[in-house]
Amino acid sequence: MERKLMNGNQAAALAVKFSRVQVVCAYPITPQTSLVENIAEMWARGNFPGEYVSVESEYSAMSYLIGASYAGARTFTATSCQGLAYMHELLHWAAGARLPIVLVNVNRAMGAPWSLEPDQLDSLSQRDTGWIQFYCADVQEIMDTLIFSFRLAEQTRIPCMVVYDGFVLSHTYEVVELPIQEQVDAFLPSPPCSAAFNPARPQTIQAVTDSRYLSPVLRERHLSMLKVPGAVKEIDLEFQEIFGRSYPLAEATGLEEAETVIVTAGSLAQTVKSFLYSFKNGKEKLGLLRLRLFRPLPGDEIVPLLCRQGLRRIVVIDRNVSAGTGGIFAQELRALLQGTSYRGEIYELNLAGGVDLTPELLNKGLQAVSLNSGDRGNIIWGVDLK
Amino acid sequence: MINTLMGSFSQEEFLLSGHNACPGCGPAIAVRHIMKVTASRAVIVIPASCWSIISGVVPLRALETVVMHCPFPSAAATGGGIKKGLEAVGDPHTQVLVLAGDGGTFDIGLQGLSGAAERNEDIIFVCYDNEAYMNTGMQKSSASPYGSYSTTTPAPKVKGNPKKDIMKIMAAHQVPYAATATIAFPGDLSSKVERALERKGFRFLHILTPCPQGWGSPIDKTVELSRLAVLTRLFPLWEVEGGVNYRINFLPEEYLPVNEYLKSQKRFSSLEQSQVDFIQENVERQWEELCHKAGVANRFSAALAGHKNGRK
Repeated sequence: MERKLMNGNQAAALAVKFSRVQVVCAYPITPQTSLVENIAEMWARGNFPGEYVSVESEYSAMSYLIGASYAGARTFTATSCQGLAYMHELLHWAAGARLPIVLVNVNRAMGAPWSLEPDQLDSLSQRDTGWIQFYCADVQEIMDTLIFSFRLAEQTRIPCMVVYDGFVLSHTYEVVELPIQEQVDAFLPSPPCSAAFNPARPQTIQAVTDSRYLSPVLRERHLSMLKVPGAVKEIDLEFQEIFGRSYPLAEATGLEEAETVIVTAGSLAQTVKSFLYSFKNGKEKLGLLRLRLFRPLPGDEIVPLLCRQGLRRIVVIDRNVSAGTGGIFAQELRALLQGTSYRGEIYELNLAGGVDLTPELLNKGLQAVSLNSGDRGNIIWGVDLK
Repeated sequence: MINTLMGSFSQEEFLLSGHNACPGCGPAIAVRHIMKVTASRAVIVIPASCWSIISGVVPLRALETVVMHCPFPSAAATGGGIKKGLEAVGDPHTQVLVLAGDGGTFDIGLQGLSGAAERNEDIIFVCYDNEAYMNTGMQKSSASPYGSYSTTTPAPKVKGNPKKDIMKIMAAHQVPYAATATIAFPGDLSSKVERALERKGFRFLHILTPCPQGWGSPIDKTVELSRLAVLTRLFPLWEVEGGVNYRINFLPEEYLPVNEYLKSQKRFSSLEQSQVDFIQENVERQWEELCHKAGVANRFSAALAGHKNGRK
């Protein structure tokens, strides 16, 4: 198996090629730009099997894919921050129409003011659009999750968003194990061609309707979403068999004995993980829970891991803030643990605005937690600990 | 000359009876004629507009082809995507026809329209223009004419700016084919749909479709108003290929003042003579420009000269 040094955006571009995507349509935006440039470059040289279309906006990019996906093509786009927000209306439409579109969002702070920091509010603001969301922790995982997502989206008819931190993952080089085309072909069957567009068989798609028809459709969409964790586990078995790697819904490290569990997502978890090893000799036993599948949030997996005797506190590290509520991962976790046997505290260490997580900062954060009263409204701001 | 613009039509109907259009609806007549030509050769994409309703509310269906509804600003891009997707799955033949109102074309759809035209997406974009947001009760659009009333430009603050010239914008994109048409000249309309179908790349049809509800005109005057718009040269019939080859399809023989068109519509009821003069002056200037581009003599140049000299 070939191993290659590459960054997150290059890995994503290669995954799109390996997945034999038929229509890629995108608009460039930092820090996603090198991803679409990589695809454009392969396409221009005849090394990309599908079509690449460069449009005048993210709005048109998603509109274009909605059309192409309806016609039965496998489709992909990538964006970041303002671009994802500009697609917002179409994200709802794609999910409502049950189109298996796959999208990469490279996390970047939403303006105003302008910033290039890897804040997560862009993708987290889209949590109610009905898209599956994965948060990746390293470059290998970006490549694998993308290939995985085409299968998952097409099997469940739910669009899928693969998310990773701007610059920290999009522009950082790591060694990646490349698949061979035959493996990907075996894992990804040809996209199911849509029979919808035969004009000789008249039909109207997405016509105006009322609650009698709309409500059952929305319920069905909800129930289908609930089945996603099961589908991920099932497909992962096949993925493991073919590629030799496996990914959990949520990654648990040292939870069995932990008194304090840090819950976070994306590349932040990598920093925490390396800290765990160096912290081993500390007095307090630390564990890590990395949220990977965020929509739907796999409660059946997460809750038993956290409802354990001996677990005294949870520290959620969010790199986003929903003004007036706090970190969104913390908010989701509180909702999940409501009514369970968990009786410990839930603290928030907030890195909104892209504050970098260093071992020193994490140490200070944990010290602040141990002094903290545990008041729910009391957020520990990373920027104050610098 | 009128006769050659009437044409002959298929007896087959693709717009089914019992549809949701208002009495005297211009857009319904336009689509009836369009579909007699496109039949099952094209799928139709409809952004938010009157046709979102006319084509049927679940579980009803008024058009005998595949119709896909899409968000308001997205029609041109969605149409392009469908065409590209069809090619990707091995169907290079089915044509894609976007059916957008003036809002989805002149206003909220303009960015996507310009993008699709510049990329020369292989679709036909039809704008059925009833000159305001009629589906939601007549709010002004940038296609609403100077001096017209709407619920968002109520009297005495009626629209103070001229209609946006969408055909010039399309010609500036150098698209393979762009044409105007209207329902009073169905032969001309049909032949333009046919010409559009025969070409590749981005094709644009601007169809004037009177709306009795919004315009405040009798429901049996829809076709007559459409004809008067052409005869007064407020809406000339012409086409342009590649943004350079202009052709006027109908040259009125008699001079007919714009007031003949304006006076029967309630939306223009607050117009004063000076405003009517301004509209007439605009018509003479634009007609002169069009005749020049098409290389034909302007037989009404005296009217233009009259305005230039300040005579009313």
